[in-house]
Amino acid sequence: MAGNLLTATAAIARKDLKVEWRTKTAFMSSLVFAVLVLAVLYFARDKTSVGDFDIAPGALWVTFTFAGMLGLNRAFLLERENRALDGLRLTPVTPTALFLGKVIGNLIFLGVVELVSLPLFILFYDVPIWRQLPILLAVVALATVGYVAVGTLLSAMVVRTRFSEVMLPVLLLPFLVPPIVSAVQLTWRILALRPLSELTGWLSLLAAFDVIFFTLSLLLFEAILIE
Amino acid sequence: MTRRERALQTARRGGLVTVIALVGLAVVYVRAIAFTPIERTQGPAQKIFYVHAPIAWATMLAFAVTGLLSLLYLTMRDRKFDLMAAASAEVGTALGIAMLTTGPLWAKPIWGTFWTWDARLTSTLFTFLLFVGYLVLRGALSDFEVRARFSAVLGVMALVLVPFIHVTVYWFRTLHPDPVVMKPEGPSLPAVMLTTLLTSLIVCTVLYIGLVMQRYALAVLEDVREEEEAGDGIS
Repeated sequence: MAGNLLTATAAIARKDLKVEWRTKTAFMSSLVFAVLVLAVLYFARDKTSVGDFDIAPGALWVTFTFAGMLGLNRAFLLERENRALDGLRLTPVTPTALFLGKVIGNLIFLGVVELVSLPLFILFYDVPIWRQLPILLAVVALATVGYVAVGTLLSAMVVRTRFSEVMLPVLLLPFLVPPIVSAVQLTWRILALRPLSELTGWLSLLAAFDVIFFTLSLLLFEAILIE
Repeated sequence: MTRRERALQTARRGGLVTVIALVGLAVVYVRAIAFTPIERTQGPAQKIFYVHAPIAWATMLAFAVTGLLSLLYLTMRDRKFDLMAAASAEVGTALGIAMLTTGPLWAKPIWGTFWTWDARLTSTLFTFLLFVGYLVLRGALSDFEVRARFSAVLGVMALVLVPFIHVTVYWFRTLHPDPVVMKPEGPSLPAVMLTTLLTSLIVCTVLYIGLVMQRYALAVLEDVREEEEAGDGIS
């Protein structure tokens, strides 16, 4: 049973990534969008009073938030075309496997966008963080997991509505308050070389959000899928 | 009794409850303005507290009820719970607007600013927006079953999210007055002010119940009519 779940999950994720790999449309748009947001936000301030360093953490997370939104919309829009979701339902794939597969696909998609835009962020905002990179990457990973879990669940809902592209941000943004605020708080502390003890509070909030919302999204996904 | 007759009865009773609450609200206004002493440090501006705090309570009650009814709908799949959750969310949104207007009116003379990113303000604002999103989602789905399921999922998610938002923004520091009634060492409000506040609290809760009863009855009537129309289509 566990083997089946793993195979099915991997198959769903592989399918999504293969479709993406063939055209790279969503990936390229998300990436270009991320670079654009990073560049535009650099100018969204008074340069004499707000330093690169002060604006950098917010800019990074606004970029990831919006770039992620583009990717998440794609995951189920793909299945809406030609009623592909009905086809998926006919296969012996459990809702759990479908959810996990979609989450993994989205995680890899957004993860790659983040990994490509992170070096650009370091260059653009001139933040010398090479030595803090492992802990920053851990924060990015933690925040992205919670984001993608909730985002996958909600995007499965909004594709069934009219104006789904507008609906996703309206529903998803309130859910991003805990992970994104925590991530920004952690990022500036990491950039400012604060001691690890100042990070633990926000890190545990982020971890708690991940565990609770990943589980909740997984459990509720079945209610979204049934006909 | 048919479903329609029961709904009409609920609507009538809800109307009655609402009228009682509105009379009570008038009593609260009179009592707060004429028979409750002016607070020493804040002056007359403090009087809005007798409306603001109870409305805020009713708003939060409305949203909590929506979340719990969503959970009930997901476990029992009874249409009743979905319609009630929606009615509660709608009334909660209306009360939320009242809460978000009365708050800044008080804050301007006391804090010197209409809005501040204090923990309680921020979390109530996000809770409010969450439920506006809930209503928007309902508006965008036409099939009854799908709408009920999806909005219930969102309701349950929101119920779990609100404490998280609160902790998050609380760590950003807080400015809102500390609780004056619900605290371990007992209320620190003078008895006469406390009576006004508690009267208002009861009145606002009754108002919420009355409005939800009417909104729920209307939703049931809409549902009955849709079913009849669908039935006509077949025959």
